[in-house]
Amino acid sequence: MRSPSPSLLVGSLLVGLFLLLALASLLYPVDPNAPDFLHRLAPPSPTHPLGTDPLGRDLLARLLHGAKNALLVGGIAVSVGFSLGVALGLVAGYLGRYWDGALSLLMEALYALPGLLLALLFAALMGPGVLSSMLAVGLSMVPAFFRVARAGAMALKATPFVEAALALGAGPAWVIRRHLFPNLLGPLLVQASLAFAAALLAEAALSYLGLGIQPPAPSLGRMLREAQGFLPLSPYPALVPGLALSLAVLGFNLLGDGLRDRLDPRR
Amino acid sequence: MRSFLLRRVLLALATLWLASSLVFAFLLLLPGDPVQAILGLEASPAARQALERALGLDKPPWERYADWLTRTLRLDLGESIRYGKPVGELLGERIPLTLGLVFLGLGGALFLALPLALLALRFPLCDLALSGLMACLQSVPTFFLGVVLLYALAVHLPLFPASGFPGFSHPWEALRHLFLPALTLALSRAAILFRMARGSLLEVMGQDYIRTARAKGVPETWVLIKHALKPASLPLITVLGLEGGFLLTGAVVVEVVFALPGMGSLALTALEARDYPLLQGLVLVMAALIVLFNLLVDLLYGLLDPRVTYA
Repeated sequence: MRSPSPSLLVGSLLVGLFLLLALASLLYPVDPNAPDFLHRLAPPSPTHPLGTDPLGRDLLARLLHGAKNALLVGGIAVSVGFSLGVALGLVAGYLGRYWDGALSLLMEALYALPGLLLALLFAALMGPGVLSSMLAVGLSMVPAFFRVARAGAMALKATPFVEAALALGAGPAWVIRRHLFPNLLGPLLVQASLAFAAALLAEAALSYLGLGIQPPAPSLGRMLREAQGFLPLSPYPALVPGLALSLAVLGFNLLGDGLRDRLDPRR
Repeated sequence: MRSFLLRRVLLALATLWLASSLVFAFLLLLPGDPVQAILGLEASPAARQALERALGLDKPPWERYADWLTRTLRLDLGESIRYGKPVGELLGERIPLTLGLVFLGLGGALFLALPLALLALRFPLCDLALSGLMACLQSVPTFFLGVVLLYALAVHLPLFPASGFPGFSHPWEALRHLFLPALTLALSRAAILFRMARGSLLEVMGQDYIRTARAKGVPETWVLIKHALKPASLPLITVLGLEGGFLLTGAVVVEVVFALPGMGSLALTALEARDYPLLQGLVLVMAALIVLFNLLVDLLYGLLDPRVTYA
């Protein structure tokens, strides 16, 4: 057993920290939406450990709940992208022929519609909000998972154990479920970790643009937007969500890179 | 070469058709009544009917699709409800700024990433510092980067204007207003390009001809610039093709941070005003730009790599 690489270590640490932040939202008793009009844009103090935002709301409470919301939205978005992308990718890679042609073209088309464009469409369809941004980010991740799953399925198709299964009379559904999917779990997990980082970024960007989590619900992107106009007065309300988000994304990126190095058979 | 060209262009067209049909299908699924959404609850029946006819909503879906497709093929994107002007005209006003930002951002990202990657490979100590810095930079959201630069170079140290755009008729002022937005986009894209360039260079540095060059006494810096950079830039071009979407989305976000009147603010206005023809046109044009960017990069790859023969 090799010792874990620095990126795996730091990555898990940062991801763990972000999870703790989200969990702490259940324990921290302060209401993230309660304004304290006498202490607007206050610097850190014992009553408000991270200071307050332009409306006098407690920044720590908003940060914790924002982290929780980001994790929920990111988690669901990645699940949508993972399940759709992996299922379609395995089918395209294993069945080949016109299945592959049609699905690959569909992915190419979906690729031309990045998360932001899908979010605009979903927002027009069902109004801007958590659901539309989750679906948009999830759908925009489908092609990435599709590519990994398709390439893996194509490579595994010709291996002896798949041929043995076929010789024993296994159908395509059985082969895909019992032989291809478990063998591709490693690379797919790497992709999922990187996708989580991308989902956090995308969700925050959508919230920043007003297409994601709607006010007054706390979201890291929205917090930055609300603080931007008050930069000359106090940089704290912008710095807190920005730094937290950056560190969380860095964590998931490092975790993905570390996992990839660890699972890479060439090393 | 010609058959490759044809196949690649056909694929791009098929992609574009499918993507635009997805966009159309989306807006077909709109719940509720777009006419009511646009006119409000208290509209007169006559006004409702007029708008229904204007939007073509009185026809069955497949007929609307056929109408819409033929109109789009003639580059007629319909008329904006909010502005009462043709969508094409509105886009024409906004596209130059967004595209300018994309190109400045892309140019800046390459200008930063390539020399830094070379520097990283030349000096191992630089490599550690730069790789760490770029991994961090890659994790910073574009809008946060924009806000930080805004605070540092427009508010704290007022070197550049914080927002707005005077138009291209004043080139110097326009560049001054575009500097911070372009820098934001360039920095956010430089991180990934740096990693790709570094990986690609590392791969090339293991090749036999690099060993030969070193063995005959070529200085290391020259080996990097003369022998490694060119072959290493080819895989980089493939990565660049995938950058189209990120660049355009990034530009839209940056536009909002710096309050630039580009396609991003138009899209948000269109969404708020429930101006569906405008929104549809915007999404369609942005998707087309991404497909076009991807196509151009692929063709560039074919031109640059002498080994690729498209039989």
